[in-house]
Amino acid sequence: MSIRLVVNGEDRQVSPSLSVADLLVELDLQIARVAVEHNRRVLKRHEFPRVILADGDRLEIVHFVGGG
Amino acid sequence: MKTDHLEIAGKKYTSRLIIGTGKFKDFETMKSAHEASGAGMVTVAVRRVELDRGKESLLDWIDTKKMTLLPNTAGCYTAEDAIRTAILAREACGTPLIKLEVIGDKKTLFPDTEGLLRATRHLVKDGFVVLPYTNDDLIVCKKLRDAGAAAVMPLAAPIGSGLGVRNPSNLRLIMEEITDLPVIVDAGVGTASDAALTMELGADGILINTAIACARDAVKMARAMKDAVVAGRLAREAGRMPRRAYATASSPETGLVHE
Repeated sequence: MSIRLVVNGEDRQVSPSLSVADLLVELDLQIARVAVEHNRRVLKRHEFPRVILADGDRLEIVHFVGGG
Repeated sequence: MKTDHLEIAGKKYTSRLIIGTGKFKDFETMKSAHEASGAGMVTVAVRRVELDRGKESLLDWIDTKKMTLLPNTAGCYTAEDAIRTAILAREACGTPLIKLEVIGDKKTLFPDTEGLLRATRHLVKDGFVVLPYTNDDLIVCKKLRDAGAAAVMPLAAPIGSGLGVRNPSNLRLIMEEITDLPVIVDAGVGTASDAALTMELGADGILINTAIACARDAVKMARAMKDAVVAGRLAREAGRMPRRAYATASSPETGLVHE
């Protein structure tokens, strides 16, 4: 059984009951280098382990890139 | 503003040059250019992580002990998008600083000043230190100041155009009238002489990205910009000679051998 998320505009199937922190680990991302928006709410870093993902959740995971 | 250093929201920076991170050939060149420039503050953009790619991070190439990060809201065409991006940036690195861009037009990348003012008011209320990228309109700069911006950043020319200062009269007026917060010229500088001129006009600081990143030798240009910014500011402090319509000889006019 899996749930469907939309991550950075793309569909992704993941196991149920994952936290945001779990997802970041699964995506092999450095937690200290990203910010996460969950269903249009920007999460504080300490919330990552506590927010549990549900079917249909929309996530934006961003980081810093070159710019002027 | 008459200060020995560039001062933004209570923090002093020895360098009046702020540098960007975009358009460099590679991270190594970027890092060397940053070091050559002596800049104390560096802009970064906020974008989606590319999920199926390598893990090299821009931040691996920036010494955040020596340079303060200044996230921008580049690519935002509405106040709402800029606010959303600013909040994400703050969570990504914990800084309240934001270089606020609300763009009005894709071709010129000129600011949408209406959206800019709205976003400035909102973000100031939310505790951000807002540095708004704006145009060379004195009235807009005054409104941004009154809205609580920590600086105003009027453009010299369109972003990335390298055209240099298009309207020195307007910039000079802004620098004369806005004296209680820093005026940092952002966008359009092309080469060292542009930077020196900008500082001679009275700018407190200057933000340069493309002119350095897209020079044939980015590291050399970074060094040139560093010197130009210092030279321009010194010249301003020295007080230039008055302009004259006609010649006045520099050597004595008497005692000539052929009188």
